[in-house]
Amino acid sequence: MKQLIRLFASVFIAAFALMYVTSYLNSSQGYSGGNTLTIYNWGDYIDPELIAAFEEETGIKVIYQTFDSNEAMMTKIEQGGTTFDISVPSEYAISKMKEDNLLLPIDHSKLPNLTHIDERFMNLSFDPNNEYSIPYFWGTVGIVYNAELLDGKAPTSWNDLWDPALKNQILLVDGAREVIGFGLNSLHYSLNDTDEAHLQEAKSKLAALTPNIKAIVGDEIKMLLANEEAAVGVVWSGDASEIMGENEKLDYVVPEEGSNLWFDNMVIPKTARNIEGAYAFMNFMLDPEHAAQNAEYVGYSTPNKDALALLPEDISGDERFYPSPELTEKLEVYDNLGKKMLAHYNELFLEFKMHRK
Amino acid sequence: MAVRSRNFYLVPYLLWIALFVIAPIVLIVYYSFFDVEGNFTFDNYAKFFTPVYLRMTLNSFWYALLITFFSLLVAYPTAYLLTKTKHKQLWLLLIILPSWINLLLKTYAFIGLFGTYGFTNAVLDTLGFGRHQILFTDFSFVFVSVYIFIPFMVLPIFNALEEMNPTLIYAARDLGASGWTTFRRVVFPLTISGVTSGCQAVFIPALSLFMITRLIAGNRVITLGTAIEQHFLVTQDWGMGATIAVFLIIAMAVTMLFTGNREVRTKR
Amino acid sequence: MTSKGNRFANLYLIAVFAVLYAPIVYLMVYSFNSGGTMHGFDGFTLEWYEEVFADTRLLIIVLNTFVIALLSSAISTILGVIGALAIRQVRRRQPRNTLLSLNNVLIVSPDVIIGASFLILFTMIGIRLGFTSVLLSHIAFSVPIVVLMVLPKLQEMSSTLIDAARDLGASSWDVLTKVVLPYIKPGIFAGFFMALTYSLDDFAVTFFVTGNGFSTLSVEIYSRARQGVSLSINALSTLLFLFTVLLVIGYYFINNRNPRTTLRSTDGEAAKR
Repeated sequence: MKQLIRLFASVFIAAFALMYVTSYLNSSQGYSGGNTLTIYNWGDYIDPELIAAFEEETGIKVIYQTFDSNEAMMTKIEQGGTTFDISVPSEYAISKMKEDNLLLPIDHSKLPNLTHIDERFMNLSFDPNNEYSIPYFWGTVGIVYNAELLDGKAPTSWNDLWDPALKNQILLVDGAREVIGFGLNSLHYSLNDTDEAHLQEAKSKLAALTPNIKAIVGDEIKMLLANEEAAVGVVWSGDASEIMGENEKLDYVVPEEGSNLWFDNMVIPKTARNIEGAYAFMNFMLDPEHAAQNAEYVGYSTPNKDALALLPEDISGDERFYPSPELTEKLEVYDNLGKKMLAHYNELFLEFKMHRK
Repeated sequence: MAVRSRNFYLVPYLLWIALFVIAPIVLIVYYSFFDVEGNFTFDNYAKFFTPVYLRMTLNSFWYALLITFFSLLVAYPTAYLLTKTKHKQLWLLLIILPSWINLLLKTYAFIGLFGTYGFTNAVLDTLGFGRHQILFTDFSFVFVSVYIFIPFMVLPIFNALEEMNPTLIYAARDLGASGWTTFRRVVFPLTISGVTSGCQAVFIPALSLFMITRLIAGNRVITLGTAIEQHFLVTQDWGMGATIAVFLIIAMAVTMLFTGNREVRTKR
Repeated sequence: MTSKGNRFANLYLIAVFAVLYAPIVYLMVYSFNSGGTMHGFDGFTLEWYEEVFADTRLLIIVLNTFVIALLSSAISTILGVIGALAIRQVRRRQPRNTLLSLNNVLIVSPDVIIGASFLILFTMIGIRLGFTSVLLSHIAFSVPIVVLMVLPKLQEMSSTLIDAARDLGASSWDVLTKVVLPYIKPGIFAGFFMALTYSLDDFAVTFFVTGNGFSTLSVEIYSRARQGVSLSINALSTLLFLFTVLLVIGYYFINNRNPRTTLRSTDGEAAKR
């Protein structure tokens, strides 16, 4: 009995001592004061130096929280109980959040730096007139391949993935829209196709791909490709630029049939508390120099045309990440297909995953 | 007196059950009757009985059985031998300790260990066995799952072994029983309660494994847990996710009923 | 046991420990890798350790994780013991099995479900997401495992022991503290450590119910994983792991040097009784 009491007493004492230390650290770091800005973003999707610079410039303390999927983020915001001042969802999530009334409209007059954004990336279908969102990064979906492991053969189209020589060599990113999307693209259908016959056709075409697929994974795909665990991977362009930085044998191509064009935009969730701070932060990030610094750090493509001019030629002139107008023509943004259709896409993807080699 | 003390124990416990068990179950059952667009429906249940989900259920049970079996196979001798060591409590703690390191990190380490150019393959290669695909196979999935669950199996078995009166073994030995017979007739039956709670602590969570199905099995193994995670976090089809959860809870209740009854029988 | 059997036994245990610790050693080795990834060892460096100590936010998160783990496992152990006692007191089989099944619901439910339903629950009740919500959920999902660990001990305990104590004039409280609790102590310890393990390991539930700047280590690691886990996390884990190993071994030997507590090993306990 004595031992039990001793154990519990020491546990409680230790816990409260640690709590004291934590609150001390919190206050010494300024996290518990009033002037804070909570940013809810993808993991490591900003240059930490920029946060420090912003804190210094404005005196606002930034709390940076991260999410790993749009859905998890939306669930959090939808349930309330949190106060995120800024979030960075992808375009289909923005239209969904708009529908569900989770966003505050953005007053453009408070963002003088908005003029630096390329017209091409403004006023898109998922958010007409950018009423609720401001572009942050954009990119494509494509194929990363290891030229050395492929003996110099370079895939240029989605259909090259079905090459029997690639047996057990392909890693796919774990996303229903991405995988079903390239299935549709490979048949020259739109990746927003909702025609049941086309979808079934894509599904059986994808089923034929299973012998070539080694695994369907999440963010680990970068590590696995960089480690040459597989020769080919279907990934987002930002991930591609990152792994290419780690392993020089890798190259990236946007398939000729067309592909997805995606956007991550900054929004102010309904639950925001420090709205002025949110505007200050957005404007700060829209500044060409800051945007350029961020683009160099993160490796995704910036929508900021004046930032692009500041970037070194080998980044801004890279057609793999800033595709030519002809290719851009073929790229499609994901439409909001509605919950029912999206569920159907996911169901098809699940069946594809269940398909045994 | 007895009545009052019973009430005293039950109050906080029932409160916990009401708040954190009943309420979530009610929420889950409630959600299982709605489709993605928020309309009342029984479709989710109908969908569960389509081949896709039935096969997934079968898969989950099969893998959970495998995982439990191998965990027991490894954990029982471990627990048994641990009781024979000098500092057994310390060694037991050292068995539990690895599970305090973040699972995701350990999983990443396994990816490194099992990768094509990883440590295991390097050893195999130098031994002349050549490189093999270990990652993203059934083997690696079961191996890592067993790795995760070992402490949860060792602990109850160890406790049961410790509880056993050692004189019983001496008695059996004196009566001329061989080592194996003693184990089969005396030791194992006396530790069956530990084995049962160990199997429960492994089999039930093994049914709903996720994350390592992706990281280690590369989504080649889809369990009910993976499907639930997908429905809740990706598809946002909470209704279907909740429906699968309802079946999991039923499966759990059935498992408990079976093992619970056996316990009563051995008691008699 | 023959010496041959002994050698085999030792080999077996060594093999089990080797496998259990292999990934941890792997993590530790790479925490010194100057290459920056967990693949290909480029050279020795301590830069990741420096990074850990420079990162106040990470340290706060580590402390948070410990506070939550310690508090939740202590409280859930108390609740779990009470629960086990309650279940034992229920004599009829039907309600007893019902209680047990209800108890195990949280063990079977996938973390995602627990997380999602707790999230809805907390927002319904109006609990602000953060420290309180995380602590409550950790307590909630640790209780059943404590019950599972304690219950077998309670069931083994013969009721004559209690009757005897009662006959000798012990009050219920005395029976509890002097007879029952000492008897089930190994179960309580096991339950506490399991609860600690669950809490330190949990990612999915915390992920759902946390908010407002509060974070635990596993959530932080998961969200950092998008960019590939930085080796400073390896360094941190190495430090934490060595710290716990020292703590556990130190605790064990200090306890064992004290002659009175050597009796706590179960054989000794039986002898004492």
